[in-house]
Amino acid sequence: MQYKTQAVAKPYFVAAIGLFVGQIIFGLIMGMQYVVGDFLFPEIPFNVARMVHTNLLIVWLLFGFMGAAYYMVPEESETELYSPKLAVALFWIFLLAGAATVLGYLFVPYATLAEMTGNDLLATMGREFLEQPLPTKLGIVVVALAFLFNITMTVLKGRKTAISTVLLIGLWGLAIFFLFSFYNPHNLVKDKYYWWWVVHLWVEGVWELILGALLAFVLIKVTGVDREVIEKWLYVIITLTLVTGIIGTGHHYYWIGAPEYWQWWGSIFSALEPIPFFAMTVFAFNMVNRRRREHPNKAAVLWALGTGVMAFLGAGVWGFLHTLAPVNYYTHGSQITAAHGHMAFYGAYVMVVLTLISYAMPVLRGRAANSNKAQVVEMWSFWLMTIAMVFITLFLTAAGILQVWLQRVAEVPMSFMATQDQVALFYWMREWSGVVFFIGLVLYIVSFFIKGETRTATR
Amino acid sequence: MSGVFTKSMARNIFYGGTVFFFLVFLALTFDSHREFPKRDNSHNLTPEVIAGKKIWETRNCIGCHTLLGEGAYFAPELGNVYPRRGPDFIKAWMQAQPTGAPGRRQMPQFHLSDTELDQLVAFLKYTSEINTANWPPNIEG
Repeated sequence: MQYKTQAVAKPYFVAAIGLFVGQIIFGLIMGMQYVVGDFLFPEIPFNVARMVHTNLLIVWLLFGFMGAAYYMVPEESETELYSPKLAVALFWIFLLAGAATVLGYLFVPYATLAEMTGNDLLATMGREFLEQPLPTKLGIVVVALAFLFNITMTVLKGRKTAISTVLLIGLWGLAIFFLFSFYNPHNLVKDKYYWWWVVHLWVEGVWELILGALLAFVLIKVTGVDREVIEKWLYVIITLTLVTGIIGTGHHYYWIGAPEYWQWWGSIFSALEPIPFFAMTVFAFNMVNRRRREHPNKAAVLWALGTGVMAFLGAGVWGFLHTLAPVNYYTHGSQITAAHGHMAFYGAYVMVVLTLISYAMPVLRGRAANSNKAQVVEMWSFWLMTIAMVFITLFLTAAGILQVWLQRVAEVPMSFMATQDQVALFYWMREWSGVVFFIGLVLYIVSFFIKGETRTATR
Repeated sequence: MSGVFTKSMARNIFYGGTVFFFLVFLALTFDSHREFPKRDNSHNLTPEVIAGKKIWETRNCIGCHTLLGEGAYFAPELGNVYPRRGPDFIKAWMQAQPTGAPGRRQMPQFHLSDTELDQLVAFLKYTSEINTANWPPNIEG
């Protein structure tokens, strides 16, 4: 490690992985409830499990992003972190707030939780992904601002690179668009319209800047390709992202009461959203092919290439599949949406965070790369999780196509629940794929504890 | 990526493109706001509907159901449940939960009062009257 304050990233990565495990366990519970409806009822109703599943995902990715920033920014800026103490304090605040929130979901009825936490003062709860009680939402803002202050001050006092600039724009955007979570008008159409300013402008907007910055950083490190080349690619990719993605928000405005011209704007711009992801895939493979060094951390290279491919498939291809308004008319809110959501989040955000952890964690532990034995196990976990996710997506897609047909296209449409019974076989196969994913995750964690010959840190 | 196309050109296109398309997005948003009143059924936003929306939120209904296609995909679409089932069925259904049928998906009992049930139904009625460009394709949602 070049700068000793980079070490604050380590607890962030550990927490991220720990919460990831929690997320998958709740995913398995929900997958089970899809086929055995009363599984764990009334202890953990589906809606509670889903809140925990999705909120843990968001929180652990945020831990991953923050850890990544703490690791990358000193090295990019060629200076120590502005305040490592603040970074450590924020870690504990965020972890405790996150844990308290999840325990609240699990052990307090949601309506009571809302009452206890001041939802009557400012009603923000009970909207998908933004279920957090008001104090948690405020806590997220405070932590985000203090974190941004720390990172921004570090960048300002050191070298300014394109990677750190793009990372900062992404992180500031993340904090700014989160503020729309406090806007919850009575008018449902406006509520939904601006809800997407958090959700869409995060995952199909500013988060992609963070994704690009992380990927570019790791590619510079493992390939040794000239920074000028990599940073030029980065700018091109994020230009394509925002040019298509901002107005691409329109693909959520087709059926929620917004004007119908959004069917045109949304279809055209979101149809172009796969392009930046395709560029990212080409970018990753191109850089690795043009590498000027053989980095001993093969696992990190694998994760980086995997991110390119899976983000393109999940976000690009599976997004395009149902983004055109005439198609979306039938697929909106079906298992097709679930299929896309799973592979996109895994391929883009889970994998890029794991890419960075894979690269940085050995360095934080005082070596350039893990032993061959440990890397082999890590690569097994890569393939198990990735292939399992491909199958989860394929089974959900199959379920979705059947669902759309039976419930929305057939001459005599079936009711929702009758349709669900018809597609149960695919839900079972999804659940088994989920078990394989979980095995992959366990193996991933095991890989951190495998010793063996390691190379000493270079530089 | 030839030598002619430099990093600073790429950077400038990024800033210019982002600002331009964000401004277009804001303009479309501005225009959407002018159009909303024609479609969003806001003239029926009574205090009862507003109270119903809050009940909808504080019971985390979106954690299982979809509303205008958004939410979880575990339980039926409720944006059009009002025309599909009618007010009396919705209230009776809520009061009868959970069914306890073995192996079937279960909905919690929320212990809503009669007033609260009426408010929730009012919210669902208001929602069903939003102009959603004819979505969903049929009454099953």
